[in-house]
Amino acid sequence: MTQTLRRLTETPSQTAGPYVHIGCIPTFAGNPGIYPEDLGLRAIEDGALGEPITITGAVYDGTGWALRDAMLESWQADAAGLYPGQPGADPNVNGFCRFAADKDSGDYALSTIKPGRTRLRDGREQAPHIAVWITARGINIGLLTRIYFDDEDNSADPVLSRIEQRPRADTLIARKTGEGRYRFDIRLQGDNETVFLDM
Amino acid sequence: MRNAPTDPGPLIPRNRAAHPVAYDPDYKTSVSRSPKWPLLSMESTITEETGPVFGHGLLGPLDNNLILNFTQGEAPAVGERIRVHGRVLDETGRPVPNTLVEIWQANAGGRYRHIKDTYFAPLDPNFGGCGRTITDDDGAYEFMTIRPGAYPWPNRANDWRPMHIHYSIFGSGFGQRLISQMYFQGDPLIDLCPIAHTIKDRGQLDRLVAPLDMAGSRPMDYLAYQFDIVLRGRRQTMFENKPEGM
Ligand SMILES: [Fe+2]
Repeated sequence: MTQTLRRLTETPSQTAGPYVHIGCIPTFAGNPGIYPEDLGLRAIEDGALGEPITITGAVYDGTGWALRDAMLESWQADAAGLYPGQPGADPNVNGFCRFAADKDSGDYALSTIKPGRTRLRDGREQAPHIAVWITARGINIGLLTRIYFDDEDNSADPVLSRIEQRPRADTLIARKTGEGRYRFDIRLQGDNETVFLDM
Repeated sequence: MRNAPTDPGPLIPRNRAAHPVAYDPDYKTSVSRSPKWPLLSMESTITEETGPVFGHGLLGPLDNNLILNFTQGEAPAVGERIRVHGRVLDETGRPVPNTLVEIWQANAGGRYRHIKDTYFAPLDPNFGGCGRTITDDDGAYEFMTIRPGAYPWPNRANDWRPMHIHYSIFGSGFGQRLISQMYFQGDPLIDLCPIAHTIKDRGQLDRLVAPLDMAGSRPMDYLAYQFDIVLRGRRQTMFENKPEGM
């Protein structure tokens, strides 16, 4: 016999299901009036420092069909690489945003500022990136990934460097399509399946 | 270095065996939406260790009362009145205070107020189906709502969801983010539900089944169910000042 370990086990996940919108973004879902506005409507407020950007993309299933029912959340640092809550962080950067695939096209759009480089405990730098968490019907536990940018130096990023199959790292890199505009598609399965993170 | 006083510590790696499998042919939609490649497992970084903070100022007075919040108190929803309450803890047993808990559910007839829900059970004009609250200093939270109905869904020829409430919990870091579902003690449909059984560890599935809590109920008013939630914990030790090993 041993002592009993004083640890609890995490509550198991379940799918967000097809109706996640009425719980998390009820105004978007057509049920306004319960809250003044949906949570996480804006990643930034007026006056946020940095380069304004819009990232557009879609979430594709294994058949190449764009999900119309996905809900996404993003979390990012400010232009100086500080997360909201850290001393000196830009008060106009909320960092968090919630957005959904369009019910007709499947496209999502995230308007924000480009985040700065962030630092790990050991001093290494992470290239600018936005964490993204994807939920939908058929996804049993939310999928975590990151958006990096093709016009940044990503060569020393600790996460990208850990991807053993180098071509797969490209699945985390948004492509610039115009001034302040990027495209980032997420593939749940199949050719060019996105790298999902367990961190 | 983690001697900064604000460093909350790295997240304990997730025990994936405690969670549902991604691919489960009995839950047909998961077949084309489950990654085939293994996840890239790494130590958490500041990106996952930090997360949005929502203050109590976010909340309106009826946000955690689904019986009244759709009509702003004008008219109550139809159904069996229940109180659902519990605590949010982390894997080390510490309470998770000041964290946002959101719920959504079908009405008493098993119908969601959602454009995609075409089940012919009627909508309740007084029920929206969502609520939110923020845990107190002990990690405690509570909701007033009505017991949701079971409902049929297109999967196998005759699948029904057990009565359930969907939960979304934030924690203090983006890597703790969790969405799950609460079931009700004694519901025979739990054993038949392919979504519930994407969790292969029966002990873990049982942790989603809320027991009836007579002591937490109110005579002549409502029954209560207790639903505690455990989020990922953080490693907190003095011995963190070495470079990350591979
Ligand atoms: Fe549901």
